[in-house]
Amino acid sequence: MAVTVVEPRYRRRRLLEWVALHSFAVALALLFVLPFVFVMLTGVMTDQQSLTREYWPQPFAWHNLVDVWHTPGFSTWWRNTIVYAVFGTALTLLSSLPVAYALAYFRFRGRNVAMMVVIATMMLPPQVSIIPLYLVWAQNFHLTGTLYPLIIPLAFGDAFSIFLLRQFMLTVPREYLEAARIDGCGDLRTMLRVVIPMIRPAIAAVGLFQFFYCWNDYFGPQIYASENPGAWTLSYGLQTFKSAHHTNWNLTMAATVLVMAPVIVLFFLAQKAFIEGVTLTGVKG
Amino acid sequence: MTLTARPRTRRNPGLRRRRRRERLRTLAFLSPWLLGTGLFFLYPLATTAYLSFTRYDGFVSPRWDGLDNWTFVFHDYPFFWPAMRNTLWFVVVLVTLRIVAGLVLGLLVIHVKRGHSTLRTIFYAPFLAPPVAGTLAFVFLLNPGTGPVNTILAHFGVSAPNWFNDPSWSKPALTMLALWGVGDLMVIFMAALLDVPRELYEAAALDGAGAIRRFRHITLPHLRPILLFAVITGVIATMQYYTEPIVAGQVASGQIAGSGNQFEPGYPNGSTLTLPQLVYNLGFQRFDIGAACVVAMVLFVLSMVFAAFLMGRGHGFLAGED
Repeated sequence: MAVTVVEPRYRRRRLLEWVALHSFAVALALLFVLPFVFVMLTGVMTDQQSLTREYWPQPFAWHNLVDVWHTPGFSTWWRNTIVYAVFGTALTLLSSLPVAYALAYFRFRGRNVAMMVVIATMMLPPQVSIIPLYLVWAQNFHLTGTLYPLIIPLAFGDAFSIFLLRQFMLTVPREYLEAARIDGCGDLRTMLRVVIPMIRPAIAAVGLFQFFYCWNDYFGPQIYASENPGAWTLSYGLQTFKSAHHTNWNLTMAATVLVMAPVIVLFFLAQKAFIEGVTLTGVKG
Repeated sequence: MTLTARPRTRRNPGLRRRRRRERLRTLAFLSPWLLGTGLFFLYPLATTAYLSFTRYDGFVSPRWDGLDNWTFVFHDYPFFWPAMRNTLWFVVVLVTLRIVAGLVLGLLVIHVKRGHSTLRTIFYAPFLAPPVAGTLAFVFLLNPGTGPVNTILAHFGVSAPNWFNDPSWSKPALTMLALWGVGDLMVIFMAALLDVPRELYEAAALDGAGAIRRFRHITLPHLRPILLFAVITGVIATMQYYTEPIVAGQVASGQIAGSGNQFEPGYPNGSTLTLPQLVYNLGFQRFDIGAACVVAMVLFVLSMVFAAFLMGRGHGFLAGED
């Protein structure tokens, strides 16, 4: 008897909970999407309309995206950003993989100290070392105003990438390494033929992180490239956009869309690698 | 790769040769990083420490100046303490809110069955928005003239603040931007939440524990290490908080800080100043390199203290050694 009374009430409570949870989720999701939506809508408004408080573009001024592309400098910033991101990522991976391999598998005195230095440099704000580095690049090499000071340091290993690659390498079962050694593989061959193929998803994740880091970097270009507009990247150029061109919000937002788009597209293409990478930075350790 | 035990005898010349080869091989693999650490970490660090005791403008060679820069920064530089206070504000408010929001979103996504992965994508995507682009977007969204946020608030009869143009609202506005990009924490919390053994919840439910008590007595204790990790990395990230506040200040004020220009940092009214911005202001706008190096050293010490916390508390950072 009691059971038949409780059951429907219990079910109704479950249903209410389900509805509450899902409406909360949908409301929050809307809140997270709306900034993107407003940016895109404003990006395709006409000049006059962007001075009003309206939300919906009337008419849609799609040519804004083309106009932004043709504003002086914008395509140069794009090219520079791609050069920085592509070469930076390639050099980071090339230089960080052997270091990660050594820290994961070699036994040597000072390895724990080395790991600690890697973690310490990972936590260091770039501003701590910027002044002596800037002075060297400016006074000894005369390379400020170019992309070289941004790219060259990445050929010497990047702490975050080393750390992450090492953590991934530790998940490779030891038996594979043992087998490679018995087959007469040296360490270089073991790394290239056994370890790298096995952690390919991790390499993708680390590469993506580094690509994003370069794409998003603001401080580096501000310090090294700002004196020469021909060396500006998107991140640096974008913030000058509004004041430099006396444009309205519509063109600025169109430019913002063009800067965000590649990153978001890349994310959708490689979502899994990304989320696994982020998870590993925090959880596995 | 030394899978073999370290050789015990020193007499055996073959073994000795092999050990030497192993050492060379280790050096070869580590060489990019060894060079990099020397060139881009140790050298600049030592130089920064030295320059902090000199008077130097970048042109005339540095002159020993004792503690002058240090007393200048701590006593006479008007932006140092405001920047410290702002940093504390960001640690207390922004870091805390980000952790709470990340946890709430993580719990939400885990409990929603339908549309689980879509939700995760939606909450995660803003984290990837380039900081300069995200900041510009928020300066637009919150601008008092045509910004959609204030327009919507006006519909409800709320008189909205001036956000990035008001010293008491610029930090909350930056906090909103940081909360929009909370996806990294959400993903980390989700993984930790999924690691909590299901049996514990079932047993607790059988014992009549409600959802809140289950959260307090099962979920939270399991999350403690990851929460600590989030707090410490949050504090470290706050020490590095640079791009968003400087870009927000520049775009909202319509002025771009440049080499040698005296544009006052931290618009409006120093409310968005953070320590890294002081290095830029002193070193690259005022050419007071000695004082800039003092701030850099302060940043270095603070960051290392929290990094030591992180390593000391373990959190498995050095785990998996052998």
